[in-house]
Amino acid sequence: MAESILRTENLTYKYSTGTVFEKAAIQDINLEIEKGQFLGIIGHTGSGKSTLIQHFNGLLKPSSGKVYVDGEDMWANPKAIRKFRFKVGLVFQYPEYQLFEETVYKDVAFGPGNMGLSEGEVRERVHHALKLVGLPESIQEKSPFELSGGQKRRVAIAGVLAMEPEVLILDEPTAGLDPHGRDMILDLIRDYHAQRKNTVLLVSHSMEDIAKYAPKVLVMSKAGIFAYDDVKNIFDRASELERLGLSVPQVTKICRKLSELGYPVPPDIYTVEQARDCLLDLLGKGAAR
Amino acid sequence: MIKDITIGQFFPGESPIHRMDPRMKLILTVAYIVMLFIANNAASLLVGVIFLLIVYPVSGISGKMVLRSVKPILPIIAITAVLNMFFIDGEVLFQLWKIRITDKGVITAVMMCARIVCLIAGTSLMTYTTSPIALTDAIERLFSPLKKIKLPVHEVAMMMTIALRFIPTLIEETDKIMSAQKARGADIESGNLVQRIRALVPILIPLFVSAFRRAEELALAMECRCYHGGEGRTRMRQLHLGKLDVVAACVTAVCLAAAILANVHIQVFVLR
Ligand SMILES: Nc1ncnc2c1ncn2[C@@H]1O[C@H](COP(=O)(O)OP(=O)(O)OP(=O)(O)O)[C@@H](O)[C@H]1O
Ligand SMILES: [Mg+2]
Repeated sequence: MAESILRTENLTYKYSTGTVFEKAAIQDINLEIEKGQFLGIIGHTGSGKSTLIQHFNGLLKPSSGKVYVDGEDMWANPKAIRKFRFKVGLVFQYPEYQLFEETVYKDVAFGPGNMGLSEGEVRERVHHALKLVGLPESIQEKSPFELSGGQKRRVAIAGVLAMEPEVLILDEPTAGLDPHGRDMILDLIRDYHAQRKNTVLLVSHSMEDIAKYAPKVLVMSKAGIFAYDDVKNIFDRASELERLGLSVPQVTKICRKLSELGYPVPPDIYTVEQARDCLLDLLGKGAAR
Repeated sequence: MIKDITIGQFFPGESPIHRMDPRMKLILTVAYIVMLFIANNAASLLVGVIFLLIVYPVSGISGKMVLRSVKPILPIIAITAVLNMFFIDGEVLFQLWKIRITDKGVITAVMMCARIVCLIAGTSLMTYTTSPIALTDAIERLFSPLKKIKLPVHEVAMMMTIALRFIPTLIEETDKIMSAQKARGADIESGNLVQRIRALVPILIPLFVSAFRRAEELALAMECRCYHGGEGRTRMRQLHLGKLDVVAACVTAVCLAAAILANVHIQVFVLR
């Protein structure tokens, strides 16, 4: 097994401690995430996904328990917490609402600038990040407020990519985008992961996206970990997932129905491409009744 | 976390004070303030204190909350006490070089402090037991005669209501934006004054942008639902004066009368 980059030990976080509204958003989380992993995180609304990921770069301080990044206890020295913010990049839900600079260039440069890099280095990173997210050079001098929603989203993601974090965490990066925009963003994340071999955590409500992009999945439920396994083993437990208010990809459902009807379709089909290949295969063999 | 700041300080409850008509609460609070200001001796101030000792237990708001509401104005109380103690003539109790403390000074200081504390505790009780929305509603009703002289009472009340409604939303938004910028390495907690002010820019700009966006959306949504100002509008929440309000008015009236009587007849430790 590869070395772990993120590790938690009995991690618990309570909101509004000391008031009547006190409530554990995550409870006793023990988790180990390997270096270079592309991990999908799913779970019903309010299961604690956003709370969990905000611990990985020190935005939230555990009520109890520990978080280790690269084997280092994150809160051993609270003054040095910024170091972890650069190591673990976090893209929030609706990140376009954090844009503030006059130009796209300056906004993307905010993160690298905070890292204390030289001007040349910052410039290079900004150019590179904007290219990664597929935005043309000409956009750099525009105001981020005059872009379209999807473009803003990409600028915001570029702002985190430009910090070149070892771990990239994205909280529902595709919420509210059209299908094309969604695929584009997820593809760019996959390409980024493939190129750099760094760790990526992707929170999503779309089982299709998880199936397509994440080889390993963490399922959260009611402030705890429900399952943490390979995507195949997770979607094998369809009925349990459904009880949690989750699901399996549509195409998996179709294939399982087909197999129930007696067609030789394997049950472990999670993406449209797999299904297409399998069905074409089937038709080619003339096995259809 | 910034979210833990309470604004408006309303504590929901079911006590008789909570259930009173907000208009009556407002009027009685004003009456209580008047009572405190006409009280010119220890006996009448004592009536003011007794009034609080009756209403706080009835409201179910703990005494700790009184301390909390008084805390921010402690410096004012301290200054008042010091000024009164040192600058009022009377029989000298204690003298050190040019600084004298007189008996009258001490008495006045104690009474002024008691008056300020009562004032704060009394008015806070109203905000503790009345939701901000009910309060603006009451203000609108009480001031509605002013519409006759073309004062935009409804509009002002509506603006207050909307502002109150959006305070928690904006706080939450600030929290989110702060987290997002911190995630990009923004350093908000350290540095000198200039650096700290500059560090606010990445937070304030998105906050303003989103506040304007929200305002625009809200205006549009209100227009879509045919909002056209206060004329001819009926209300979802009707205000009624009930038995409770009559009882409260009576209690306050009795206290006010007692304070006036004490002012005239029991001249102990008269102020000034
Ligand atoms: N700022 C906050 N103050 C108080 N409680 C909160 C706060 N943020 C989240 N919670 C609570 O913590 C729990 C977990 O919330 P969290 O945002 O982590 O869920 P989530 O899994 O990200 O949900 P979603 O899929 O809707 O984004 C929820 O029950 C929520 O009500
Ligand atoms: Mg969330």
